[in-house]
Amino acid sequence: MSFVRGLSVTLLVLLAVVLQVAVFSLISVDGVVPNLALLVVVAAALVRGPEFAAVLGFLGGLAVDLAPPADHVAGRWALALVVVGYLAGRVRQDAGSSALSAVVTVAACSFVGTSLFALSGMLLDDPSVPVSEALTVIPVAVVYDVALTPFVLPLMMRLFRRLRPHQVAY
Amino acid sequence: MAMRPTSRGPSSRPSRAVLVLLLLASFTVITLDARGGEDSPLDPVRTAFGNVVGPAESGAAAAARPFASVGDFFHTTHGLRQDVSTLKAENSRLRGQLAGAALDRNRAEELDGLLASSKSTGYALVPARVVAMGPAQSFSRTVTIDAGTHAGVRPDMTVLNNDGLVGRVVRADRSTSTVLLLVDQESVVGGRLGSSMEVGFLRGRGGVGGDARLDLDLVDASAAVSSGDSLVTWGSRHGAPYVAGVPIGRVGPVTASPRQQSTSAVIRPYVDFSSLDLVGVVVDKDATSDRTVIRASGKEH
Repeated sequence: MSFVRGLSVTLLVLLAVVLQVAVFSLISVDGVVPNLALLVVVAAALVRGPEFAAVLGFLGGLAVDLAPPADHVAGRWALALVVVGYLAGRVRQDAGSSALSAVVTVAACSFVGTSLFALSGMLLDDPSVPVSEALTVIPVAVVYDVALTPFVLPLMMRLFRRLRPHQVAY
Repeated sequence: MAMRPTSRGPSSRPSRAVLVLLLLASFTVITLDARGGEDSPLDPVRTAFGNVVGPAESGAAAAARPFASVGDFFHTTHGLRQDVSTLKAENSRLRGQLAGAALDRNRAEELDGLLASSKSTGYALVPARVVAMGPAQSFSRTVTIDAGTHAGVRPDMTVLNNDGLVGRVVRADRSTSTVLLLVDQESVVGGRLGSSMEVGFLRGRGGVGGDARLDLDLVDASAAVSSGDSLVTWGSRHGAPYVAGVPIGRVGPVTASPRQQSTSAVIRPYVDFSSLDLVGVVVDKDATSDRTVIRASGKEH
């Protein structure tokens, strides 16, 4: 059973990565697409807590780093999404309480995740990300992620609740 | 982000251990890949992953393609107004071009000649479709095309479309490859001015929209560049990564700085990078491929 659960979570992450680059690129805003992998990690964090989300963030980030059009140093999105998963998991008691706080969490996570990725790029000089470009891309990314949250986050959270191993409710 | 004091319970310790472990794992992957340079230890993983995810991307793109035009139905008034102003601007630009038609005809002939010469050298093209585009959040402008090593595509091959140069192949998997677009900030292309044959280097600025621009630095600082001049690839040895004579773009504003003793110009690429679809990869004349290769002797489109 836990194998089936693991497989479904893996498929979900891969689906998010594929949709992000292959389908959502058709409705990109100046090349910015909604970061579905990040939304999956946040949903997992709100349902399952920081440890599970950080592990999922690492695997999901690695998938984004290695999936075909990516040409940056692998591990950069993994690093960003580990932090995102951990932070979202730590605030989940507040964030899970209302729709608005969930949206605020997504906005904060999107900002932190994209900024961390941009910062690691600046440190590694891969590619040389100019600050001006980062400053124009990050707000658009945050807004796009938030815009997609009402459609994606509740669905993902329901999925993760169903995939949660049976345990005493808390 | 405020940490709740209540979460400092017994459960916070293992979670911190997991975090530290995963952060270390991320740093390890980054170090392995960044230090590896050209032959990174992660390349086999990348290829294996690309062989699995690439076909999935092709499938998803094929399924989504019919819906690509749906967005046009939802044009807002603002969008339509913008269209009107764009068309007006284009109209006046065309009127201006009409005035300089004679001049342009010469340039067109020049370009035609260059194109003809490129055809006579016998470039063969493998047709491919763009199936995925790297998100702007990743700050590198790359696309996936649905032709890989089975179709005869190898790294460091030139990619072009009907309008001009698109970029070069940076990685080829079994059925897909990754193309670095001309407008990426890491991309450097040797370009030659159509009128004066002067050579220079073109660097991308990173934008993909209608305002995508390239910066041209001429090798000969005293060379004159005139706005509106056309630019073609200069070409490299054995045609890798760029073959010669592919149109790149038109010269826009020119700035000469006497202090740096160099002339630089802004280039407007012919290719619209935000709506890339059908592209061709320049392969060897006698390349074997799993699809029909467009030969120079046959039709191009």
